[in-house]
Amino acid sequence: MLQVEKLHKSFEEFKAVNDADLVVRKGDLVAVIGPNGAGKTTLFNLITGHLKADQGRILFKGQDISRLAAHEICRKGIARSFQIANIFSRLSVFRNVQVSVLSQKKLSRTLFRPAQTMVVEETQRILDSVGLSSKKLDVAGSLSHGDKRVLEIAIALGNEPELLILDEPTAGMSPDETESTMELVKRLAREQGLTILFCEHDMDVVFDVATSIMVMQHGRTIIQGAPEEVRQNATVQEAYLGGV
Amino acid sequence: MLFGALLLTPFFATRFYIYILSFIFVFALLAMSLNLLVGHGGIYQFHHAAFYGVGAYTAGLIAAKTSLPIWIGFCAGPVMAAVAGWVIGLFCVRLNKLYFGMLQISLGSLIWIVALRWYGLTAGDDGIHGIRMPEILSGTRNVYFFILAVVSACLIVMFLIYKSPFGVTLRAIRDNPQRCEAVGINVRRHQLHAIVVATFFAGVAGVLFVVLEGSIFPDMLFWVLSLEIFIMCLLGGWFTFFGPVVGAAIMVALRTFVGSVTEYWTMILGIVLIFLIFFLPEGIMGINLREWARSRTRRAAARASEGADAAG
Repeated sequence: MLQVEKLHKSFEEFKAVNDADLVVRKGDLVAVIGPNGAGKTTLFNLITGHLKADQGRILFKGQDISRLAAHEICRKGIARSFQIANIFSRLSVFRNVQVSVLSQKKLSRTLFRPAQTMVVEETQRILDSVGLSSKKLDVAGSLSHGDKRVLEIAIALGNEPELLILDEPTAGMSPDETESTMELVKRLAREQGLTILFCEHDMDVVFDVATSIMVMQHGRTIIQGAPEEVRQNATVQEAYLGGV
Repeated sequence: MLFGALLLTPFFATRFYIYILSFIFVFALLAMSLNLLVGHGGIYQFHHAAFYGVGAYTAGLIAAKTSLPIWIGFCAGPVMAAVAGWVIGLFCVRLNKLYFGMLQISLGSLIWIVALRWYGLTAGDDGIHGIRMPEILSGTRNVYFFILAVVSACLIVMFLIYKSPFGVTLRAIRDNPQRCEAVGINVRRHQLHAIVVATFFAGVAGVLFVVLEGSIFPDMLFWVLSLEIFIMCLLGGWFTFFGPVVGAAIMVALRTFVGSVTEYWTMILGIVLIFLIFFLPEGIMGINLREWARSRTRRAAARASEGADAAG
């Protein structure tokens, strides 16, 4: 479904992404791991069009998307969440999700109909599926950190994506929140047939959830394969897993 | 109720107060149109008066220099303002926040220069005065009702827009443009549309000024006026819908009543602003809403606990 080939991106002298390759097949739960500064977030920003690649190709369903703008890529069916909670902090939880559903249905520029009565059902369904219904009238900025991260995912779901990209979905969460969030991610993949690409620091989580793992170091792809294969790879053990 | 009071006012107020109220309505509309961008869109439109001026000059020039019916001028004013807004916006939406504002001031000032220097058309510095209005728009009271009706209609339309998906999305862009792009919203185009809508209403305010004063002059497009409108939004509460109306009323009242006592009325304004920034950073309406919400939940909680006591 998604294929990244020989991707490069430098900031001035620093090569953030330096020859990265990645394959995501439909239905996969792909994890990208690597030490801090390995280029994971940059890679995600390149895929979603928030940054432009210097070299290389990004194919989504066979089409090169590396030159498209962020909002166009979203229309193709890739939605994402961000590493830092990136929500509409002055709007209610309900509105946060509604904005993205409206955008998906191309209703964002409707001028003279009350938004209150539009796409209510779809929005409600998403809130139900992530478990935020009871807080739908709260101002998003007042949510707990964990809830904000879940709301992030809910906003991304509003776009009815085929591929969902989660940039460290559990960063800064308590162990309990981490567990319930990863349960949510697994359930979404199972129930809605979503293909998910995520990066994560907690190795237990990664090896528990992912069906395929890609390891990055210094912006370069070391290996991509099934969890067992990656665990046994000598280079990976040396570079990252610290001889686990 | 407030609206009823405003309808009755002309029947017992003196001409002076009717005139001041009409003035407040015009500036309320102008401030509301700016707040659509600043408060709800997070777009720093620093030179909003330029479009108010374009609206006024279009209507004024058509009335003074052509034999076309005045109503054509009234319609052309807002349309020309929106066109100017679109053209300038086209360049500005490529930039963010303050850079947007800086470019917007420069391009808006170009319009001001044209109005100031094109003597043949605009009479430059002097402006054009004594523009004749049709019979029906003569007399302070008639003008008052006309302005009240137009401003009310505009505010109703603006409220519909505020509540529409367009308005909701605009506020989402204000809170987080990056996230909006990631959910598939074309942020620049959305902002440009908002600018066209806002400059249209600024043009309406410009036309209403011509109806009220019968004059046009370059100061209407000067950036100092833009600053005043900006302050109206901040003063009244830029995250609330009706805040700018309150801000406009206060500014016009200050200028009229304090300004008649001392020419240093801006000093009083400065002091008011300092207090505002320290104590009411979200403006007058901002604090009101929050207080009201808090007292309401407190009362509801009290009632609930009373109920529990009674049940126990």
